[in-house]
Amino acid sequence: MQKINKPWEIKRSLVVKAEEETNPRFGHRPEERPIKEHMRFGIINLDKPAGPSSHEVTAWLKRILSLESAGHGGTLEA
Amino acid sequence: MAGKEYVCVMRLHSQIPQNKVEEILDEFQGPLYQRPPVRSSVKRRLRIRTIYYNKFMEMDERNVLFKVGCEAGTYIRKLCYDIGEALGCGAHMQELRRTRAGPFIEDESLVTLHDISYLFSQWQETKDESMLRKFVYPMEKALQLMPKINVRDSAVDAICHGAHLTAPGVLSLDSGIKIDDTVAVFTQKGEAITIAKAAVSSEKMLKMDHGFVAKTKRVLMPRGMYPKMWRSSQ
Repeated sequence: MQKINKPWEIKRSLVVKAEEETNPRFGHRPEERPIKEHMRFGIINLDKPAGPSSHEVTAWLKRILSLESAGHGGTLEA
Repeated sequence: MAGKEYVCVMRLHSQIPQNKVEEILDEFQGPLYQRPPVRSSVKRRLRIRTIYYNKFMEMDERNVLFKVGCEAGTYIRKLCYDIGEALGCGAHMQELRRTRAGPFIEDESLVTLHDISYLFSQWQETKDESMLRKFVYPMEKALQLMPKINVRDSAVDAICHGAHLTAPGVLSLDSGIKIDDTVAVFTQKGEAITIAKAAVSSEKMLKMDHGFVAKTKRVLMPRGMYPKMWRSSQ
């Protein structure tokens, strides 16, 4: 049995085309985003209980976290 | 699209020796033909999906517990049915849990609804955001496994407005990008700007001095985070 490459094990390497400094006046490093923005653009790894649908759970989360919008990354369509 | 891993309980329709089950599980690795089931959300045409691995875990009479790593769009219910056919006894999927979706795995970051509710109320009470930051990933986490292109500050807002990425904006990129690959475009600070489709390969991107290198598909960053640096006709 030959080994198949798993897509999550692919190693990539960065190549540089040009150098430039970024202006600190604009934007934030993702881990330094103001908490409101962090929550608005955040992702959680949710252990969804069996039973309620992904759609329902998303709606609950939206309410719990008082968010304007929320989505999920796909249902378990077996 | 993202690779998946599942842990699955398959129920055999008659008792089969364990070594036979393990042997057939091994055979169901690599590319497989699958026709989506009657009740499915995609067009029902025969398609190929790759099983990266099947890992037998344990067996209790007619219940078989195993892990499967597979391509997005693989139907595990179908896989179980087909394994049942290959075993000659028939089988169906009894229970299923996803244990990986792309970069997301069952690790210390996994939270329940109760955890999230608690973390959120704690944050509102104490104003201490550290726990919330520990369990809520920035959106960039979802793009972790995609090949990436990093661009100049001056290219950012144009992309946010839907412009395609052109060669002069590129600072660095992952090697091995091929035409039509889905790529993620980042600022130098590591913020995701957009998901795009590569218009040329990495090698070509490195050598180009003008022209489109990637077509913007789904903008993630709101407009106005970076200054507008392009000229308009007005």
